[in-house]
Amino acid sequence: MVWAILSLLVENKPGILFKVTHLFRSKNFNIDSISVGVTQNPEFSKITITTIGDEKQIAQIVKQLDKMIDTIEVKQLDEKKTVYRELVIFRIKLSKASDSMEISNIANAFGAKIHDARKDSIMLELTATPDQINNLQELLKPYEILDIARTGVAALQRAGD
Amino acid sequence: MQTMSGAKALIKALEKQGVKEIFGLPGGANLPMYDELFKSNIRHILVRHEQSAAHMADGFGRVSRRAGVCFATSGPGATNIVTGLATAQADSAPMVAITGQVPLSMIGRDAFQESDIIGIANPIVKYSYQPTTAAEIPEVVKKGFYIAETGRPGAVLIDIPKDVQQNDAEIPFPDEVKIRGYHPWSDPDVVAIEKAISLLLSSTRPVILAGGGVIISSAFAELQSIAELLMIPVVSTFKGKGAFPENHPLSLGPIGMHGHAEANKIMSEADCVLAIGTRFSDRSVGRFDEFERNLKIIHLDVDPAEIGKNQSASVAVVGDVKASLRIFLRLLAQKALKKSEQNVWLQHVTEVKDYWRANLKLHPGELTAAKILRKLREVMPAESIVTTEVGQHQMWASLFYDVIHPGTFFSSTGLGTMGWGFPAAIGAKAARPDLPVVDIAGDGSFNMTENSLATAVLENLPVIVFLVNNYTLGMVAQWQRTFYDRRMIGVDQKHCPDYVKLAESYGAQGIRVGSLDELGHAIKAGLKSDVATVIDIPIDPEEDVLPFVAPGTSLKDMILPS
Repeated sequence: MVWAILSLLVENKPGILFKVTHLFRSKNFNIDSISVGVTQNPEFSKITITTIGDEKQIAQIVKQLDKMIDTIEVKQLDEKKTVYRELVIFRIKLSKASDSMEISNIANAFGAKIHDARKDSIMLELTATPDQINNLQELLKPYEILDIARTGVAALQRAGD
Repeated sequence: MQTMSGAKALIKALEKQGVKEIFGLPGGANLPMYDELFKSNIRHILVRHEQSAAHMADGFGRVSRRAGVCFATSGPGATNIVTGLATAQADSAPMVAITGQVPLSMIGRDAFQESDIIGIANPIVKYSYQPTTAAEIPEVVKKGFYIAETGRPGAVLIDIPKDVQQNDAEIPFPDEVKIRGYHPWSDPDVVAIEKAISLLLSSTRPVILAGGGVIISSAFAELQSIAELLMIPVVSTFKGKGAFPENHPLSLGPIGMHGHAEANKIMSEADCVLAIGTRFSDRSVGRFDEFERNLKIIHLDVDPAEIGKNQSASVAVVGDVKASLRIFLRLLAQKALKKSEQNVWLQHVTEVKDYWRANLKLHPGELTAAKILRKLREVMPAESIVTTEVGQHQMWASLFYDVIHPGTFFSSTGLGTMGWGFPAAIGAKAARPDLPVVDIAGDGSFNMTENSLATAVLENLPVIVFLVNNYTLGMVAQWQRTFYDRRMIGVDQKHCPDYVKLAESYGAQGIRVGSLDELGHAIKAGLKSDVATVIDIPIDPEEDVLPFVAPGTSLKDMILPS
């Protein structure tokens, strides 16, 4: 099984995201994460989807997405030649006095930003790869994660690759 | 540009597309378009249920290879066509369905007869549009027909809110449309075709597998030329039945769950398959790992997503089947091949075919499926158009009704829609009134859309319903007998209705037959009749369709008549 990053350039029209996500459901594929936003040309949106499957399944997903009339371009991005990032925001419980300092140290180690520091909770924001976010999440578990919001991956292949 | 209402723009756009017939049923939300249709020369064919309108448009489209058109109102009218959309899409049939919708201002308010038909239909159509201004309508229609008819054809839905139909606007009628994300044609890769030819010529047990794509692209002559040039036996999928003349010495008929024994056997022995326009459905090949033996597959298809979806190919050629086969033939011609009619493989194929055809054990009754379908073949002109319903009769037609004139046999093979055949036959008759049209039906399926008799009679579309009547849901009954230890439930249709009286009550002709002689006379009477004819042919409810490849097993494991 492989983890794949798919980049779709689609018409920026109502209902297209529904069609894309429904394709995954109807073909019995799974979406690991999804992000969507308008491009520099307002006629187009870019959808980034990460998914897991064997190589044959991923190839079939790409073909089915490419077959959709509203997709202009579908690419499977090479992970090694791609800048891909996800945004996450955690709200962490502060149970004892030392928690705040310890969490700040962890945040600094990951390059995460601190927001909304309160007596009993603190928020961290990190833009990183999904693996780095998972690592941070693992380290924050002992402090009790009260809430979490992840955006899904946005990705662009490096120039010249 | 002219100022006109959206409804008028719609009808004008349809006229510009060359639409001559529309199958439909009016209602509140599509009345503006019907009012404009009243002023048009387009013929409206009134149905009794919108599902039948969609199947008629589907039948029309498959025969004419131009998109058939159906109209339905919003809400239940639109949801009633869902089965028809899914059926057409599953079989790559060109169709444009146009539904009325509640006014834009009412959408999302659970208005009377509102349904989100675009959302409902999305997974079962090739494309769908909901124009929100009258000015968009001609462009949407042009795009809709282009998408429905090109590449791998399919079903397109256009859902038009009532106020968009009523509003006046300056309406442009584009001569061309461009769809950025849609590229239906790709030139076949000549290098890949060269590789395919090398592979085919180096094989010792080659078989051609003809799918529905051959029929859709009308590649009959090209297929026959290749088969005859290389003397390769031809099997088909069920959807490809009639891609190749079934009375041809190289023809073995359809493979699959209810394929011909000889076709399944030869397919299981092949070392190279030239698969043309097929998606390797489970009904055709049994288990998807069926071919994971030492078998080379050359796959030609217009749809790149079909390559490797169900079956991996040694060589794949993406492109229109007819265009690909023409290049195939041109390259073959350069090789100055000699016919090898006496090769060992072909001799074996002929022996297998002769053996199974001579030893096929049949049900011993007077009116059996094999006998009545062979009688139908004997009496019907070669070029007759045949549709079928779904069930045992459909598979008996596969086994015992040889299609002689390519591209004249149509069935709901993908979705397997009971009730499809009769309205599809009416649509086929509207497309080709000059040809005899017969629907090979079972009683269970015919029950589902038999009210289309009203349309057939009142619209002067005389088709023959060849009713193979075992008063049961025969295929389900066969599965219950075979796999559920004869625990028969929900299959007995008793003797109701009386199909002769039913036909007569609609003003059609109803004939019940009790012998093969009577059947011959009844078919001739149907061919001469200027109204639809229902020929009721009672058969033994216990008669099975055999051979049979049980679900999840391989073609070589077929159950044969004992």
